[in-house]
Amino acid sequence: MNQQVDIAIIGGGPAGLAAAVAAHSAGIDNLIIIERDEELGGILNQCIHNGFGLHTFKEELTGPEYAARYVEQIETLQIPYLLRTIAVDISVHGDRKAVMVMNKEKGLFTIEAKAVILAMGCRERSRGALNIPGYRPAGVYSAGTAQRYVNMEGRMPGREVVILGSGDIGLIMARRMTLEGANVKMVAELLPYSGGLKRNIVQCLEDYNIPLKLNHTVIDIDGKERVKGVTVAKVDENRKPISGSEEYVSCDTLLLSCGLIPENELSVGLGVKLNPITAGPIVDESLTTNVEGVFACGNVLHVHDLVDYVSKEAESAGTHAAAYIKGEKKAEDKTIEIAYTGGIRYTVPSAIHIENMEQNQVIRFRVDNIYRDVELTVRIGDTTFIKQKKKIMAPSEMEQVIIKKAKLLEIPNPEQIIITISKEGI
Amino acid sequence: MNIKSYDIVVIGAGVSGCAIARELSRYEYGRGIAVLERASDICEGTSKANSGIVHAGHDAEPGTLKAKLNVQGSKLMKQLAKDLDFPYKQNGSLVLCFDEKDRNKLEELYQKGKKNSVEELRIIEKEEIHRLEPNISEDVVAALYSPMGGIVCPFGLNIALAENACENGVEFYLNTEVKDIIKQEQGYLIQTNQGDFESKIVVNAAGVYADVLHNMVSEKKFNIIPRKGEYCLFDKEVGTYVTHTIFQLPTKYGKGVLVTPTVHGNLLMGPTAEDIEDKEGVDTTGQGLSDVLKRGALSVGQIPGGKIITSFAGLRAHLDRNDGDFLIEEAEDANGFIDIVGIESPGLTCAPAIGVMAAKLVQELLPAKEKEDFKATRQGIPEMASASEDERRELIQKNPAFANVICRCELVTEGEIMDAIHRPLGATTVDGVKRRTRAGMGRCQSGFCLPKVVEILARELNKDIGAITKAGGESYVVEGEQR
Repeated sequence: MNQQVDIAIIGGGPAGLAAAVAAHSAGIDNLIIIERDEELGGILNQCIHNGFGLHTFKEELTGPEYAARYVEQIETLQIPYLLRTIAVDISVHGDRKAVMVMNKEKGLFTIEAKAVILAMGCRERSRGALNIPGYRPAGVYSAGTAQRYVNMEGRMPGREVVILGSGDIGLIMARRMTLEGANVKMVAELLPYSGGLKRNIVQCLEDYNIPLKLNHTVIDIDGKERVKGVTVAKVDENRKPISGSEEYVSCDTLLLSCGLIPENELSVGLGVKLNPITAGPIVDESLTTNVEGVFACGNVLHVHDLVDYVSKEAESAGTHAAAYIKGEKKAEDKTIEIAYTGGIRYTVPSAIHIENMEQNQVIRFRVDNIYRDVELTVRIGDTTFIKQKKKIMAPSEMEQVIIKKAKLLEIPNPEQIIITISKEGI
Repeated sequence: MNIKSYDIVVIGAGVSGCAIARELSRYEYGRGIAVLERASDICEGTSKANSGIVHAGHDAEPGTLKAKLNVQGSKLMKQLAKDLDFPYKQNGSLVLCFDEKDRNKLEELYQKGKKNSVEELRIIEKEEIHRLEPNISEDVVAALYSPMGGIVCPFGLNIALAENACENGVEFYLNTEVKDIIKQEQGYLIQTNQGDFESKIVVNAAGVYADVLHNMVSEKKFNIIPRKGEYCLFDKEVGTYVTHTIFQLPTKYGKGVLVTPTVHGNLLMGPTAEDIEDKEGVDTTGQGLSDVLKRGALSVGQIPGGKIITSFAGLRAHLDRNDGDFLIEEAEDANGFIDIVGIESPGLTCAPAIGVMAAKLVQELLPAKEKEDFKATRQGIPEMASASEDERRELIQKNPAFANVICRCELVTEGEIMDAIHRPLGATTVDGVKRRTRAGMGRCQSGFCLPKVVEILARELNKDIGAITKAGGESYVVEGEQR
């Protein structure tokens, strides 16, 4: 007889932990967290810098401290979890989901769950995926792998470092490697703007005099056994290298921080439909995917910048999963699609059902470029819900708007929620 | 310094050298057989960076050694894959023609194939092509269809041959680079960076360096031009975009590139062909990679760039002489020195046949009795990823380490990695583990599993993690000391 649970949570990082606590608070105690690593906490365990929890706890915590706040609750509430256990496959079995898992202690076995919360997080874009030409020496790492080595294994990947990609992980590692005695020669960024938080550019690069070269990329990796150097070139408006701008930079390490990709292999196997823009599942207001009883939250749904938002989103998923188990979900009623124009890249959710939406429904989104002095509008038909002036909006800073259920119910026959960014007055 | 004496020394542990060593290990050679390899592992040269194709044989010029060995090798491959337990699939191939004006070229290939005794060749038209392969470009006009074509895992084949040779008594010396070969009265003195060897027979299977070795003992010098070929490898998500190996007739861009599924379920595109000077020039280039994609698109349209997971380059050993054929013979002015030279395409396909042919040459010079206890089969590393649920449980029952997933992308477990390290000619490097188990070959390209693989290597080899390399030499993964 397979183990039977109400909710199986795939991933014990910040999303999985917050979802578990929320589901438990909503009355579900037959749940289990499945985690592949040695301990709960996910990627937070290697993020030893602080800046986590400003919203959630009104404190500036380090990654492990933030994780610990949730792990404490897991232990106190006695929420079951499996470590060093990988979910190999998830499939629909009648009205349950069969999660096939594997670990050294129990071997191969199946957990049957009424609901599944996907919280697998994301992976980093590799050198191979970036198709950077050159040799394939040792010394090319994704920034996250380097971070794991420095912060958890106590080893330096190298001493003379070039970083490609100004995403947060790259910025954090620029500072980290410098603090450990490495010489970080530069951070090269393909785009005309950085992909990281403004505060990280200041605290990680400017404070350490590490040059940030926007509109630059690495076009060759030299070194047959170990990295010897890289060739950096300026790029034009089409992001193509400009001939004549090449610069050879000698180094022994190249760190890549060129984007995170949600890990949805298990989701795809389950038949979950993905949004090609986010590479994460398409969900509605309850964070349910197209497969009934399967929820998604955190980086597997869409890559976040602040763990506080991950926790909030996961809380919502946990609460909705609990509601689903308890049969509190109202029969599906009218679907309102969320449409967007004028510079928005995507929204989560993609659609909402009025009856089941929260009193204050959060819609999270990202923009596709840096916008200054614009107006953010949310309207349904002729009714304007939100009209906000925004001094600046950037792709690297996730935004959100809140739709009040009461106000939405006042509108007869709502068709679409339209979110727009436009220049003031237009 | 003591000299190690052997009856036969094979230089080069690529697919040719190992195929030859394996064939020779069928015989009783009193002083034994040794294989010398300059790199830290077997299969570090051309053998690890090629298309993995088992050619049907319609491409080789009739009457050449390439043609003869191609057809023989292709026939031997199926059974060899069963005996030595490496992945092989007979998926068939198509040579695409995009212009009616080029139809005669297809006809020529067909005739060549017939002359080379390739079975079941036929020319098919657009409609049938699209029935077989819906994703092929609308511009295709006709194709040469060869059901006999196949795909193989090049490292799987190479490593399987080496392990079997090793099990049958062949001694392998890795990290051993030949510095000089001196003709002696009887045989050769081989001076290496790890000491001297002495041997009656030398088999020169040194790939792009075969000219350097040959020229040490012969006055009839020759030159090998490294011919670089670049490839792009795509995610398994598009691994069934085509099911046959898709070749092209020469197109407006020059010699065609192929698009093929790999035995492991990825999609492979390439190679280019660029003559270079550097015998170690295995770097990919911006131009080369974009050429691969541009030419490949002629066959299958544009596959989203986001599906590329890695790219690589290999060097073919092109022998610079008129007839463009393999050179497999005893050197004219160096008795007992057997050259296995110019093994470019269809070299991988020919490997089993090259093994047989070279062994015969050696037997003529130095006959020996066939062993009665020759172990003709070899068991590979069990694969959890492709095992059935029952098979998985059985493996875990034998060793719980098979339930500890190390490489998430390819589902490779600790049990498999430990097997890879502890079997004969086991892995000692990250790349060695990768080629034996596929750990690190998935879409995250070892982003997640690298620290774990390094940890296991260090533990099993009793070394500090700072001493573990990616591929031998100075390719250390992390620094030596704990901070």
